[in-house]
Amino acid sequence: MVSTNLRKGIFARIKGSNTRSYTRLIGTLIAVLLALLLGGIVISIAGANPIEAYGVLLRGAFGSTYALSETLLRATPVLLAAIGLSISFRSNLTSIGAEGQIIIGGITSCLAGLLLPTFIPAIVRIVLIMFFGFLGGALYGIIPGFLKAKWNISETIVTIMSNYVAINVLSYLLNGPMKEVDSFYPQSAQLDDALWLPVFIKNTRLHIGLFIALAFVVIYYFFMFRLPIGFKIRAVGYNASAAEYAGVKVSASIVLAMALSGGMAGLAGTMEVFGVHHRLYNDFAAGFGFDAIAVALLGRLHPVGIVVASIFFAALQVGSGAMQRAVQVPTTIVYIIQGLLIMFVCMDKLLSNTIQQLSLKYREKKRGA
Amino acid sequence: MDVDNSMNDVPVIDMRHITKRFGTFEANSDISLDVYCGEIHALLGENGAGKSTLMNVLYGLYKPDEGEIYLHGNKISFSSPADAINNRIGMIHQHFMLIPTLTVVENIILMSKTTSKFHLNLKTECDRLTEIIQKYGFKIDLMATVSDLSVGEQQKVEILKMLYRDAEVLIMDEPTAVLSPNEVEELFIILREIVDDGCAVIFISHKLWEVMRISDRATILRDGKKVTTVNTADCSKEDLANMMVGREITLHYEKPEIEIGEPMLQLENVCLNSDDGISVLKNINLTVRQGEILGVAGVDGNGQQELADVIHGMRKVSSGTVKVAGSDTTNCSPQTAIDCGLAHIPEDRHKRGSILEFTVAENIAMINVDKAPFTHKGIYYPQNAQKVAHRLKEEFNIRCNSVNAEMNTLSGGNQQKVILAREIYRNPKLLIAAQPSRGLDIGATESIQQLLIDKRTEGMAILLISSDLDEVLAISDRVIVLYEGEIQGEFIPGEKTFTEIGLMMTGSSSEERNSTRHGVH
Ligand SMILES: Nc1ncnc2c1ncn2[C@@H]1O[C@H](COP(=O)(O)OP(=O)(O)OP(=O)(O)O)[C@@H](O)[C@H]1O
Ligand SMILES: [Mg+2]
Repeated sequence: MVSTNLRKGIFARIKGSNTRSYTRLIGTLIAVLLALLLGGIVISIAGANPIEAYGVLLRGAFGSTYALSETLLRATPVLLAAIGLSISFRSNLTSIGAEGQIIIGGITSCLAGLLLPTFIPAIVRIVLIMFFGFLGGALYGIIPGFLKAKWNISETIVTIMSNYVAINVLSYLLNGPMKEVDSFYPQSAQLDDALWLPVFIKNTRLHIGLFIALAFVVIYYFFMFRLPIGFKIRAVGYNASAAEYAGVKVSASIVLAMALSGGMAGLAGTMEVFGVHHRLYNDFAAGFGFDAIAVALLGRLHPVGIVVASIFFAALQVGSGAMQRAVQVPTTIVYIIQGLLIMFVCMDKLLSNTIQQLSLKYREKKRGA
Repeated sequence: MDVDNSMNDVPVIDMRHITKRFGTFEANSDISLDVYCGEIHALLGENGAGKSTLMNVLYGLYKPDEGEIYLHGNKISFSSPADAINNRIGMIHQHFMLIPTLTVVENIILMSKTTSKFHLNLKTECDRLTEIIQKYGFKIDLMATVSDLSVGEQQKVEILKMLYRDAEVLIMDEPTAVLSPNEVEELFIILREIVDDGCAVIFISHKLWEVMRISDRATILRDGKKVTTVNTADCSKEDLANMMVGREITLHYEKPEIEIGEPMLQLENVCLNSDDGISVLKNINLTVRQGEILGVAGVDGNGQQELADVIHGMRKVSSGTVKVAGSDTTNCSPQTAIDCGLAHIPEDRHKRGSILEFTVAENIAMINVDKAPFTHKGIYYPQNAQKVAHRLKEEFNIRCNSVNAEMNTLSGGNQQKVILAREIYRNPKLLIAAQPSRGLDIGATESIQQLLIDKRTEGMAILLISSDLDEVLAISDRVIVLYEGEIQGEFIPGEKTFTEIGLMMTGSSSEERNSTRHGVH
């Protein structure tokens, strides 16, 4: 069993399992606590009271309708991309490509938004736009998937490199063919406001993309655990050779997992463009694709876990602004906390084992006394 | 090293009142075991009796909930296998723990103390290893990659690893399950030498004649409790079996004569070349009909697995045709073969046969998951899988806490039963059973062999691949012998002596060779 574990990537090993989910949850919670604790030390080194700083951060993230809406807005694309990534991770594919897929999805949907003739009713156009966003990301995910399935080329390396390709394609388009006429900035023309995703809380920016993302969380669960194809994807993730023996077409399953994964990232990009910025510009993806990796990891590829993790991450980032203003701690501190978090989450087994042993020793001592 | 071969007063290992629980389930309750230097101590018990668990406790993989362990009279408490290794205890697991992509020498020095702490010189380590190899007369290439080795050779690597670490206590969990009779003999010679050097060996096996042959004493477990410890010399095989299962085991089968029917498997001139061009199957011709068991005898690694793979569609033939239940399935996908009515109990239950992280129910549903009863109108119903699994658990006497337990948590023999149950209950037209009773206790072996005969009587066609000659001869209607990918001849059990068969298995009977030219039908 040692050998099979070594062959599997970190993501495959970290999958939530049925029987031990309770200890795993404990491990994750300890990891979060430790990260916050160490983060607190860093904050006090930076010269502030950590409790006060965390208090401000919390209020900055959840303290008002507006704060809450900003947190949820920030969580939306990350949630969607993380759900998508979870499909790859469950299939034992270590994809780092969500960032690039978000960008490509943003580009294809924006192109659709600009080019679709206006005589088509807006609602139909919105559906088409979503479709094209999904399709763009999916196709961009299929490339590494196909290379993996056909020639066993590392999907990790291909996805990392394809992120750079996507970033540069975007930059080229915005400085060339897609550049807004007469604009000084490298950005596309503004999209028809009939196509903007509606905001559902007045005076905030929170758009209906949140519900779309939540719908995909449910779809993900259903797909993975209640459809035969999800069963097969999970089987391939755990043991491709056994899956092949059971009649699963392993190559097809790999390509499909990467396609769905990319498609959801592409949709996340679509929502950023049509829900928030209403045009395409250089930094619209803002690292969401990388956050999504961390969120999927933290949420243990479990639908509920991912929802919680995405909100937690967004809260850290949104709240950090308030923290900086109130107690003069630089916002970058939250990146330290995020980094620590990932580190501890990867150590969760060690952590929960240590706790178990400590409690065992404690009980023994009590019995001895 | 202690050269005194007589049993000292102080046992090297003394486990006292060990209890180990998983949740509320007691896998070991109040077990005591003492082992002396210079002895081979057998550990016996049915599947799930708690043998592996007890040894994992000794090896530091599990912490006992109650009880103490003494090493040379000193109380010890291991928190990991590294502690055990440092105290000269080595364990060879039921399922090997080698890293397939590394070479033999790399695997051996991993986790061992090397000559120098800071500088790794593979050559000095190789020299040290060569010494051990020569001393015990191993035949092994230190620079070979582990994935290229046969199971017998991998076993030797494991033993070598222990010797290299200078282990004084060797725990071997079912070491012979995967070995051919010759390899077992070799292993026994090595084990004797090791204990004569003053070491102790704890030996787990389900094969009673081996226990009788090799062990000095035996401890018998049943349902997690110790039954007794006996001197092997004072017992018969029947006594041991009785103590293990509490009833008599006959290993004698009812096998009614029946009419054989339509051919369910036909191979014609099948050849297969490996990726590097070596011919692994040479011109195989065989037919299995309804109502018969065709046994494939031979030493492991002579093309048996490739033969099964070709029929299952996992490998493409170089030439020839394969027909399953009358339809041509040559180079079709595994799913096509399954759809034609094939079931396959694969030889490697971890690599192929099951998904360890899946639950028992999911492992049952793994094949044909998209068909009834698991899937209705495109939706998978886990509860249906659980229902089927529950039925099979009763029917096949699978011991697990629940059908939602991960496959990981089952004992080796019970994992095997899950696979057997899944493949047989589908009532396939053609069943490939490769090493079906590997890892099963004698009771389970008896019932599975009887079940195979019953299925054959009901009209199933069965291709039985086994390196256990007794098994092949006991239940097959016809037997072929495979050597280096070639059929060495065919006979009916009882027609040939063991010696003759042994010769065929090593490819040294030239007369048989001529007859295969014309194929076997
Ligand atoms: N990690 C675990 N979690 C829960 N139950 C376990 C675990 N490991 C073992 N068990 C249970 O403990 C019992 C004893 O298992 P063990 O592996 O010791 O059996 P064994 O005697 O080695 O059997 P076999 O001959 O089949 O290898 C089994 O019923 C098994 O289901
Ligand atoms: Mg065992």
